[in-house]
Amino acid sequence: MLTRLGPILAIVLLTVPVVFGLAGTLLPAFGYLPALGGTMFELAPFRQLLAEPAILSSAVMSLVVGLVTAAFSIVSVMLFTAAWGGTRIFMRMQHLISPLLSVPHAGAAFALAFLIAPSGMIARLISPELTGWERPPDLLIVHDPMGLSMMTGLIVKEIPFLLLVTLAALPLVKPARTRALIASMGYGRISGFVFGLWPSIYPQIRLPVFAVIAFATSVVDVATILGPTTPAPLAVRLVRWMNDPDLSMRFLASAGAVLQLGVTATAIVIWMGLEKFGAFLRERLACAGRRYRSDSALRIGVLVVMLVSAGAIFIGMAALALWSVAGLWQYPDLLPARFEVRNWKRVLPNLMDPLATTLSVAVVSTLIAVVIAVLCFAREDETSRSAGRGALTVLYLPLLVPQVAFLFGLQLFFILVGIEATWIALVFVHLVFVLPYAWLSLRDPWRAFDRRYDQIAAGLGQGAARRFFLVRLPMMTRPLLAVAAIGFSVSIGLYLPTVLIGAGRLTTITTEAVALASGGNRRVIGIYAFMQMVLPAAGFAVATIVPALIFRRYRDMHV
Amino acid sequence: MRWHVRAFFLSASMLALGSVVASADTQTLNPEDWPSVLEDARGETVYFNAWGGSQNINAYIEWAGAALKDRYGVTLKHVKLEDTASAVATVVAEKAAGRDEEGTVDLIWINGENFAAMKRQGLILSPGWAEKLPNWAYVDVENKPTIRTDFTVPVEGLESPWGMAKLVFFYDSERTEVSTLPQDADGLLAWAKENPGRFSYPQPPDFIGSSFLKQVLAETVEDPEVLLRPVEEDSFADVTKPLFDYLDALNPVMWRSGRAYPQNYPAMKQLLADAELDIIFAFNPAEASNAIANGELPETVRSFTFPEGTLSNTHFLTIPYNASAKAGALVTANFLLSPEAQARKQDPAIWGDPTVLAIDKLEAEDRARFDAIDLGVATLRPDELGPALDEPHPSWLEHIETEWKRRYGVGN
Repeated sequence: MLTRLGPILAIVLLTVPVVFGLAGTLLPAFGYLPALGGTMFELAPFRQLLAEPAILSSAVMSLVVGLVTAAFSIVSVMLFTAAWGGTRIFMRMQHLISPLLSVPHAGAAFALAFLIAPSGMIARLISPELTGWERPPDLLIVHDPMGLSMMTGLIVKEIPFLLLVTLAALPLVKPARTRALIASMGYGRISGFVFGLWPSIYPQIRLPVFAVIAFATSVVDVATILGPTTPAPLAVRLVRWMNDPDLSMRFLASAGAVLQLGVTATAIVIWMGLEKFGAFLRERLACAGRRYRSDSALRIGVLVVMLVSAGAIFIGMAALALWSVAGLWQYPDLLPARFEVRNWKRVLPNLMDPLATTLSVAVVSTLIAVVIAVLCFAREDETSRSAGRGALTVLYLPLLVPQVAFLFGLQLFFILVGIEATWIALVFVHLVFVLPYAWLSLRDPWRAFDRRYDQIAAGLGQGAARRFFLVRLPMMTRPLLAVAAIGFSVSIGLYLPTVLIGAGRLTTITTEAVALASGGNRRVIGIYAFMQMVLPAAGFAVATIVPALIFRRYRDMHV
Repeated sequence: MRWHVRAFFLSASMLALGSVVASADTQTLNPEDWPSVLEDARGETVYFNAWGGSQNINAYIEWAGAALKDRYGVTLKHVKLEDTASAVATVVAEKAAGRDEEGTVDLIWINGENFAAMKRQGLILSPGWAEKLPNWAYVDVENKPTIRTDFTVPVEGLESPWGMAKLVFFYDSERTEVSTLPQDADGLLAWAKENPGRFSYPQPPDFIGSSFLKQVLAETVEDPEVLLRPVEEDSFADVTKPLFDYLDALNPVMWRSGRAYPQNYPAMKQLLADAELDIIFAFNPAEASNAIANGELPETVRSFTFPEGTLSNTHFLTIPYNASAKAGALVTANFLLSPEAQARKQDPAIWGDPTVLAIDKLEAEDRARFDAIDLGVATLRPDELGPALDEPHPSWLEHIETEWKRRYGVGN
């Protein structure tokens, strides 16, 4: 049966690249890489790594960024869901999740950088009238040594992600009823939620939280745009070593990737400790019997956090769009002196190649991912066995292992096989990251499908294939397209896999944007970041409009 | 399961190979038989590895690509690099992997230590081909010694000159009085102390940032002669002590107190436009005029240079020994050396990069192209650029960058 292939393909696709990639990273880290003359196992690469200046501060920076990002994001999401769940504001916020999620990390980081720089939009808005800054102040905000801007850049992107997974977990705990019950016992909104509902929600979103930690400890693009530079976080330095003309640096880079693996693992272990501590704290507070009824300050506070984090992306994006058509635009002018389309005219010819790669890779990898995901769920229907915890961990594997740690090895492997920098290799590596998102976002709509339609069709004498293609798939058009839009936006946002596997020959809008970031040309960055934002938005628009057109004569299929 | 994976990779790699083999041409190339080179080149795709951080340069390369396609049937693909070293790394990796043909890099924008490294490791198409290009006849070898000696390393026809560079400084005359401008490196330090937070340099190993270090080194070193020879480990600390004393004094009065640096020249240019920096510098005398023309800098920006001299060099194009499209790369190098391409490049409205050609060797019609260029308000005339300081031997930069990173690149 064809459907049997689904789970097999998924498992192979998700585990093999990670396992081979890790092996390809581990061997050179211990000195073994015959192509470069390393034929013996030794610890020299690690000694070299430890001799690198300030390597420990880079590692500690990565660790702290990962933990702070995850902690701040998850606490905000928890408090926001607690304080506002079931209200109209909460519903409004839900509609913002998709657009916020679809903005690639690099785009959001640019948006933030344009906002908070000493000569950025915020400073222009209040200067010189309120601040007296006739000239931008000499403040180290972007690239600050503590990594605060970098953490902010990550947090504004991780909050929508964690909110999404929390929303998916929410219905299972029947929030309205529980909330009413707890309220009747006199608890405040927030304390009631944290004591009564959160303990059963958190286990379901634990893997996504780990994925956030893994991502934040090893991110490269956001760190390049917002992170400290003296020294840079670990992952940024690794990628630099990987590209060093001196090939022996690959041993050092691989050793560094092993350190990165350790940093991420340590962060997750520390997080598990924090989980225990949090649970302990919650128990103590709950057992103390206090109801914490006056929580309005906290409620307003967390709402402000959510609005600011969403607003930062949108306003920053607007500023970016403005820069893309700006002529001379000097501090402290709030608007450019002139508007020009010249920037676009100049950039457009350069944009075509990356755009073609971006679109073709995104479309093909998304298509394959959606097909595999559908096969997996069809298999589930046939066997009536749903994927267990083990399968979930496999799905999260590429998201839990730091990208640098296995992409190095995978790149090496591709070079040995002779398919580095080919379109096929790029689609393959994108698929590794698109598939988990496709699977996860298709899971709930697929399982929510009313099986009685299937039974009626069977009762009318339709075979399995006809039922599948004539009933199931058409009725699932809307969720399938939504899943495709998510996969599409994931592919567009992928930076490191594209840089390492595309090897500079295959570039996408995202890799071009980050490469240009160092150049600081805001007009050009504005154009690329704008494209980064428009493409996923177009994907979501198609996913909304097409079903509306198809179903315009079927009233029961309207939403 | 393993077998499936292997089969998948095999079939995938076969597909990839199939697309490569079609463009194979490894027969001997003779640049002196130019018509046959042109014939070979037709239909080839040249992967041009060049720094991609500046939009006007990217647009110029785009223009060259269109012209090459049109006239010679050569497709030019600009591989935008952040650092030229990564193109060298690719060639090194390919040599290590035994890929002596069908390499992925066809043409590199290069000079200095990257050229020295490639030449030393035999990674360049040889024997020397640059002086056999038809347009070599116009090159100004007499008055521009750096065309045949790249950072003290003899070129020997292994790279074709593309443009000239000279370190010049820019300021906004609206904010800064001409009379207060520094006249040399020491003056710059004094100026920075009086104007804390208004000067910086791109973070080495950025090319422009490293050039600033070399400028200070050339000015502060006791005996300039030692810089023309490779570094000697024993004397390195002594020779560079004045440089690092200077940087130690400069660091605390720099932009962001030296805790962060602009990543490269365009970033520094944006900071001048934002009024965060007051003095910036570039390796291209026409940069400011170009930026004014593009609306990136205000029209009040002007140039100045040090009367005692600033660093000067030439930048080149070279072809790796294992390039896939050698003929196409030769045709590209020759086209970029043509009076037409060089004149367009020198126009500040396009790029503003000074030509490597001798104007008096050109035909009247080509001379007119250069005469027609408006250098712009912010560009110094060639006779105002001041004397040229020699680039030190490439080994100095390597050592200085390592020491710089140890001292300033890792925070405190």
